[in-house]
Amino acid sequence: MTLASLRLGYVPLIDAAPLIVARELGFAAEEGLDFDLIRLQSWAQSRDMLGLGAIDAAHMLVPLPIAQAMGLGPDFPAFDLVMILSLGGQAIAVSAALADAMRSNGYGFGFDDPVVARDALMAVAGGRLQVGVPFPFSTQAELVRHWLRGTELEPGVTIHTVPPPRMAEAMAAGELDAFCVGEPWASYAVESGVGALLLAGRAIWAAPPEKGLVLTRQFANTRPEETGRMMRAVWRACRWLDQSGNRSMAAEILSRPEYLNLPPELSERGLLGRLHVTSTGEVRHFPDFIRFHDGAANFPWRSLAALLAQRISGRHGLDATMAMEAAKTCFRTDLYRDHLRSAGADLPGASARIEGSMAHPTAVASEKGQIILGPDAFFDGDTFDPSFPSR
Amino acid sequence: MTRLSIIVVERDRDRAMRIVDGLMASGTHQVVVIAEETGLARRIADQNPDIVLIDVADPSRDVLEELALVSGPMERPVAMFVDRSDEQMTRAAIEAGVSAYVVDGLQPERIKPILDAAIARFHMFHKMRAELAATKAALEDRKIIDRAKAILMKARGIDEEAAYALLRKTAMDQKRRVADIASQLVMAAGLLS
Repeated sequence: MTLASLRLGYVPLIDAAPLIVARELGFAAEEGLDFDLIRLQSWAQSRDMLGLGAIDAAHMLVPLPIAQAMGLGPDFPAFDLVMILSLGGQAIAVSAALADAMRSNGYGFGFDDPVVARDALMAVAGGRLQVGVPFPFSTQAELVRHWLRGTELEPGVTIHTVPPPRMAEAMAAGELDAFCVGEPWASYAVESGVGALLLAGRAIWAAPPEKGLVLTRQFANTRPEETGRMMRAVWRACRWLDQSGNRSMAAEILSRPEYLNLPPELSERGLLGRLHVTSTGEVRHFPDFIRFHDGAANFPWRSLAALLAQRISGRHGLDATMAMEAAKTCFRTDLYRDHLRSAGADLPGASARIEGSMAHPTAVASEKGQIILGPDAFFDGDTFDPSFPSR
Repeated sequence: MTRLSIIVVERDRDRAMRIVDGLMASGTHQVVVIAEETGLARRIADQNPDIVLIDVADPSRDVLEELALVSGPMERPVAMFVDRSDEQMTRAAIEAGVSAYVVDGLQPERIKPILDAAIARFHMFHKMRAELAATKAALEDRKIIDRAKAILMKARGIDEEAAYALLRKTAMDQKRRVADIASQLVMAAGLLS
């Protein structure tokens, strides 16, 4: 039997694992698909290639299709996010100069307490902070803003877009005091000796949606058979990635020259949640640093789309209500239900929820009875109700 | 008509020069090349250009995306070319490997000759790169076939022509390329020796 070929774009990061594993471990072939994986260099390139039909689907920053839906991008056909690929996987790093100053003040680089880390940083930042993020519409940008909002430091914070492979260099050149980036690029900066890791993204927000599987609406609606097969293959790869003992093998596969082209030892840190926070080898264990599947991680909650849309609209002077409506439409819970039910996914009864309300794993009603959702709380107790968005 | 200020973001010096030549031939413009990624956003802001041209696959594109979004009262709004042109032109540009960022309000008839020139130059590089890759692959194929032939000649005591005929017949039977069969043989021989 010949396999139907689909072209999938990815940017080389550890969270591209679901697409790479789906191909390499045969989950795509099981669904009769051959994944032709195209390595891309920037998010703009990924968006343009998807928009012009040069690729069939993309591993993409979750806020990017939302920004497109809000009209904050080129005039392309509509994009839909059909499933979340990963939660977490980001880390905040500070420059060696700031790290040294924080250490002199007795800071212990715990990696998991946003309040202590923020106080320690503010004590040495001198009221100014240049922060790098990978893209204007990124979960990294949202995490940094959320972490620092309402503080004395906030007015002095400037956020810049810097391509992840250049973060370390930009920090060494003094362009950046801090950055928030997906692995392996935070660990790479630590290895290069230019900075130290301060916080895991999940310490700020327990379930920060990082990447999604994004298709054009036209593809998703007119080629349902291939869309379903693609989703099931990727979903099974996500499930495999969260089964215990598989992450080291995933790191080996990802690190190959044709994918990330890095020493497996570097990609492994984020995947195993064992991060070296300084170049002298201080290791911090952060369980579930990145999550691909467990706790219904793949479900594209419409409330999540609304939350991100509200935040982005505020910064671009757009009407929040319209932005949230447009964003909710592009998170395809309907396709998720239709295509993944047959693969055995248990599906939550609702398609929206109050974001940020769960400090612990919580059981909620599902089609099969009950499903355990992973925690999704913000460190400061913030919540977002899509029916009554207050700010 | 005022001269247009164009920035070309390109690290490769030869490539940049040829793009500049192409642009100058399309009209009187002021063209500046930026070869460094360090401080790219600041350098571009200092120049206050009408158009920025950059390789579609350049990682620094995301920096330009940010500039394109900035539209405070003091800044000139920058729009992406793809926003405001006919789709055919956009597709041609991206397929040729060039993306353009154009200041808001610039008339399409002023943009078109510049884009045409850029597309033509980028096309040329694209083609050269593809040809280079094909030549390299052909060379690799020939090397591996030569090694496979040598292994067969030694193991079976046949001459070069017979060795090649054997490889070709096997490839045809298996519906594979001669180079693929040769590479399998070389690998297997490596394991056995």
